[in-house]
Amino acid sequence: MKYVLMFVETEQFAADLAAMDEPEQERAYARVRQWFADHHDKITHHTHLMPPDTATTLRLDRGEPLISDGPFVEGKEIVSGFAEIDVADLDEALRIARSWPACPVVEIRPIAA
Amino acid sequence: MSRPTYAELARVVRDHAGRLAASLVHLVGDFAAAEDLVADAVEAALTHWPVEGIPDRPDAWLYTVARRRGLDQLRRDNRHRQKLALLPWPVEPRPDDRLRLVFTCCHPALPRSAQIALTLRVVCGLTTAQIARAFLVSESTVGQRITRAKRKISDAGIPYRIPSADELGDRVAEVLAVIYLLFNEGYLSTGDQQAHARDLAEEAEFLATLLHTLMPTEPEVAGLLALIRLHRARAAARFDDRDGIVPLPRQDRSRWDHDAIAAAGRLLARAAAQKRPGPYQLQAAIVACHAEAPRWEDTDWPQILVLYDMLLHLAPSPVTRLHRAVALRYVAGPAAALAEVDALRDDLAGYHLLHATRAELLRDLGDATGARAADERALALTANPAERSLLRQRLDWT
Repeated sequence: MKYVLMFVETEQFAADLAAMDEPEQERAYARVRQWFADHHDKITHHTHLMPPDTATTLRLDRGEPLISDGPFVEGKEIVSGFAEIDVADLDEALRIARSWPACPVVEIRPIAA
Repeated sequence: MSRPTYAELARVVRDHAGRLAASLVHLVGDFAAAEDLVADAVEAALTHWPVEGIPDRPDAWLYTVARRRGLDQLRRDNRHRQKLALLPWPVEPRPDDRLRLVFTCCHPALPRSAQIALTLRVVCGLTTAQIARAFLVSESTVGQRITRAKRKISDAGIPYRIPSADELGDRVAEVLAVIYLLFNEGYLSTGDQQAHARDLAEEAEFLATLLHTLMPTEPEVAGLLALIRLHRARAAARFDDRDGIVPLPRQDRSRWDHDAIAAAGRLLARAAAQKRPGPYQLQAAIVACHAEAPRWEDTDWPQILVLYDMLLHLAPSPVTRLHRAVALRYVAGPAAALAEVDALRDDLAGYHLLHATRAELLRDLGDATGARAADERALALTANPAERSLLRQRLDWT
């Protein structure tokens, strides 16, 4: 089964990361690279997003298309990346997600067949 | 054949429905489809058996109905149909199949309410109506929970298998939490208010027994089973003739089932010998201290206090601290206990037992007015009829 892991950042996580010095940050990034390397045979695709202040939102259900600055929901928890994995079942998806070394929330969603 | 009692019906259905479900899920490979067939067969049994009597081979009866309906319903799905046609008789699920069933029903990706409803329906063979009655919610609510849970099992890929070794501990804990909750839900009801309902405490004991049979080396499973059996061994003395609760100090200990208490004590000792203590073993050990005391005056409070300290170390919780404060009263006196209880007033402001405990301590310390106020607060916070009547008595007589 295919699932998408959605990596969700919190304000606290972003602040902690920003407060790290350069070697610490480099180690944090290395842990993430290692995670991708460890699970490369299960990961079919992945994407890291730019921060939400770079987002532009288009609304199409209000007559004229409405363009606005920022993400469609202003939240304290924001999706910062995705990884698509191909595994046997939810337990295997959970096992992979459990070892994720970075942001503190991961949503697991099956991909519609 | 004579007309079966509700208890007999419940026991027979419980013994066979889960077995059949386990075999069918394994065979058909589709949890939701298999579950529907078993639920249909159970509904049919509950229509026929009260009138016609329980058949000599209830398992064969359920099997025949489920298989016939399955062949009919699955006629468009040839793959399932062929598998069902091959369903062997007698139904002898591999022992692992029932365990798989339990782990699927109690998967942590399902909400607790759905875990409970699914476990009762699939593993214990309760109908949606019986579950609804036991939890005082509508049938449609239970039906929706089950439908949604089954859809999630299939759409989200919740597996039908035993968790791997590294996740087994967490997953067993999840199953135990479901059983413990069922037990607590059933433990306070007196039984004859709801003669037609299935007894949740009994379902909890059945599930714990099943799990212990399937996982005999898990000490916390044995711990929960011992805990349930220790409580149930004293059930006869817990209620008076009018369904009022009899507090522990006033219970007639000759009405306790001392053989069952001794057996549960041995079960607990075997679990403890593995030296992997856990919250259920510790709770059972505390209850064993009470159950093994010949008289209330003989209760080993210092030992109970030590066990509570260990329990708080493993599983800190304000409710456990409240229980510990009760033990502290008999070791260090009511003033020390009251100080502990007062420290919990913010955490447990809405919990009736905090106020009921405060009332007892204040009464011990001679503050009758404070005690009444605390009892009234407790009364306002509980809906359980037996507990309400106990608190009312106290307000009337003190």
